[in-house]
Amino acid sequence: MSSNKRSRTHVTCTVNGDEVDFLASDETSLLDALRDELGLTGAKEGCGTGDCGACSVLVDGRINCSCLMFAPEAEGRDIVTVEGIASGGQLHPLQQTFLEGAALQCGICTPGFLVSAKALLDENPDPSETEIRYALAGNLCRCTGYDKIVRSVQEAAVQLRGATR
Amino acid sequence: MTVTEDRPKYKWVGTRPIRPDGYDKVVGKARFAADLNLPGQLHAAILRSPHGHARILSIDTAAAEAMPGVQAVVTGADFPNLDATNSERDVAENLMARDVVLYVGHALAAVAASTRAEAAAAVAIIEVEYELLPVVLTLDESMAEGAPLVNENNVTMFVESDGPSNLATVNALERGDVDAAFEAADLVVEREFETSWVHQGYIEPHACVVDVGADGRADIWASSQGHFRVRSQTAAVLGWETARVKVTPAEIGGGFGGKTTIYLEPVAARLSEKSGRPVKIVMSREEVLRATGPAPASKARVRIAATNDGELTAIEGWLGYAVGCTNDMAGFIGAMSVASYRFPNLKLEAVASLTNTPKTAAYRAPSAPQAAFAIESVIDEVAQRLELDPIEVRLKNAVVEGDPTAMGMPHPRIGFVECLEAIRDSDHYRSPVPEGAARGVGSGFWFNIGEQSSATVNLNEDGTATVITGSPDIGGSRASMALMAAEELGIDVQRITPVVADTESVGFTDVTEGSRATFATGMAVVNACRELIDELKSRAATILGVEKDAVDWVDGAAAADGKDPLSLAAITAKAKSTGGPLTVTASLNAGGAGPSFAVHCCDLAVDEETGQVTILRYTAAQDAGTAIHPSYVEGQMQGGTVQGIGWALNEEYVYDDDGSMLNASFLDYRIPVASDLPMIDTIVVEVPNPAHPYGVRGVGETGIVPPMATIANAISSATSVRMTSLPMSPPSILAALGDR
Repeated sequence: MSSNKRSRTHVTCTVNGDEVDFLASDETSLLDALRDELGLTGAKEGCGTGDCGACSVLVDGRINCSCLMFAPEAEGRDIVTVEGIASGGQLHPLQQTFLEGAALQCGICTPGFLVSAKALLDENPDPSETEIRYALAGNLCRCTGYDKIVRSVQEAAVQLRGATR
Repeated sequence: MTVTEDRPKYKWVGTRPIRPDGYDKVVGKARFAADLNLPGQLHAAILRSPHGHARILSIDTAAAEAMPGVQAVVTGADFPNLDATNSERDVAENLMARDVVLYVGHALAAVAASTRAEAAAAVAIIEVEYELLPVVLTLDESMAEGAPLVNENNVTMFVESDGPSNLATVNALERGDVDAAFEAADLVVEREFETSWVHQGYIEPHACVVDVGADGRADIWASSQGHFRVRSQTAAVLGWETARVKVTPAEIGGGFGGKTTIYLEPVAARLSEKSGRPVKIVMSREEVLRATGPAPASKARVRIAATNDGELTAIEGWLGYAVGCTNDMAGFIGAMSVASYRFPNLKLEAVASLTNTPKTAAYRAPSAPQAAFAIESVIDEVAQRLELDPIEVRLKNAVVEGDPTAMGMPHPRIGFVECLEAIRDSDHYRSPVPEGAARGVGSGFWFNIGEQSSATVNLNEDGTATVITGSPDIGGSRASMALMAAEELGIDVQRITPVVADTESVGFTDVTEGSRATFATGMAVVNACRELIDELKSRAATILGVEKDAVDWVDGAAAADGKDPLSLAAITAKAKSTGGPLTVTASLNAGGAGPSFAVHCCDLAVDEETGQVTILRYTAAQDAGTAIHPSYVEGQMQGGTVQGIGWALNEEYVYDDDGSMLNASFLDYRIPVASDLPMIDTIVVEVPNPAHPYGVRGVGETGIVPPMATIANAISSATSVRMTSLPMSPPSILAALGDR
């Protein structure tokens, strides 16, 4: 159990565009490595069992619960966390519409929702309300009742489609 | 949509600026309790009872202490034994058992080690010898003649009591002549109801970091609804003076009442004291479900008398709450929550009784949802049987200003009738019920509370302002503080920085609970701003060379006849030469909290093959008094509604015979997800609370109260089956349909 001090793997991967490396024991989750080794505490642990989505990150563009992935599995992968969604000091449209649409109350689930919503809109720029609700069904929010989250994703989709036209 | 009574025209109040703490929360910078780490910090793990009730014969920690990385171990023996008169005795008993464990999950030892894995490994080899005691799991078992004692320290409150008992509280209320009213009634409807334990379900597990220095002072970073209570409870449990403890509030990842008490901080403090190192404790989700919260399970029996034209002439009711392993006010508060209808004749008994389950905690409008599920279901049945419109029956009997609650207190100005009318006149209620669906309505009430708050407002050299309060911001209260300050001072809301300060940087402030933050802390902010404006007028008089009485404060500037207006920034720039810094602190114990009523309307479909209920359309109307930031008012209504939908349809604690929770994960304790729901439409009704400078009532609580009956009433319309037990999950609906 205490082997993480003795035997640790050297992991090299890309996180939010930067090449990084860190040491991790075989049983360390990617979430713990991000939070404890890299200081990226945006992804949260709400359950540790893959049921709440607060730890959602993109791995090679696909949504993953970082609490269910071992850190050494990140070797050579491209990881994006909530800290990497904005670019060049400019908020991502999802971040902006979440702010304007009051899509967060306590904010603990917000990083996971933003990452999941980004994965959805990267794949499907014009999702229906039902598609949004199913794409976000792996992310639990206990404050908002999801209404303003869904509306904010809809609004961001409109803005993103306008920007790429 | 908003229904607004005539009121003054505001410039900032009622607008929807981006919340001041929003940016940090969408970029991942906001610091929640588990996000903080200190150099040299240890990680702690807690040993929890596998038994529902047992005497601790011995605890052997020697092997654990010898494990690699272990720096400190504590048990109940490391904490003072608080006497029965200490108000935090139950909190102390709950966070570290001394002689007896009272539920599965009850903490009885803790280990601090270099890593979480080392702490967990050491906890696992602590040896405990138990003598098993009888486990009491239900209200019926708890209240049965000769029932085993759940907690030998419990004494019944509000009635004469001889020695320890399982009964926590008994409250009996009566007015009028109930027997005569039932005798004379055209219709009597009586039903019995049952609800399970449910958890608040905040996504952030409890967490803290505590650093006790060699000087004996504790620095605590914790997520809570009130860091002053974390301070007082931690000091009490440790037997320390309050001044030894400083608590810095982390951002809080949801609370809903569940973070109004402590579970971890004194344990981390003692481990830190023993090891000389900072100690961090983060609960797992399983620990959160097994050892914190939940809301009480309940049973109710409600009998209502009515005339043929829908006048409700009497209610006779019994409300019972299973409150877990220590005494609790759930029964008393349940009786207080009966307040929506005039009922000239009333006889009500509310009781609470102990069970070998976790110490219950407040959950949004505590005790009211269970009572409203029963009463609102019976009223719906009255309307059904009389073939009257359910809104019209409620309108006919709804309380207005001056009418008494069950406790007898007269209501102040309230907006129940306005909420009923808002639903009656809504597009939703006026639209035909869709093919294959059914409609239900229900209402809810919460009295809201005032309590103590403090605020400091500092005007900066350039005319910007810092508003400092001690109310943790769960759902946008920083934004509402900034808006009220902007309205008072007459400056742009973007020039105001609201801050939630630690226990040494702002005056005492009670917990963010009972929908009180925007109401009471908002009043402190307004009072501080008004005092500042008075001072600004004095300064302006000095600068302008006029009498103070000649100066008015208009649109963020001092105005005097014949002089150019002097802006706030022009005055703050001259603060030094006119008397020094411009800062005011205001504190109060706020009276006049305004009750908030809500009325909900729901369309749903029942799949009679699977028992699945699908919510198709949902509208919630609620009286906010005045919505300071309407988006976050709507958010409170929507969030409360969806918690109520979860309570109605899915959520329950499932225990085995030994009191071990069988569904202690978010996979098995299933809260609503986005794909379970439609949009939640809101109607913000605004009947200003005359006791608040802007008319605020507080909106956090009431939204969770109506959904259970609203949904049960719709299911009854859909299937002709009256569901009286929560949750109304597919198996229970199928069973009820089978009995039809």
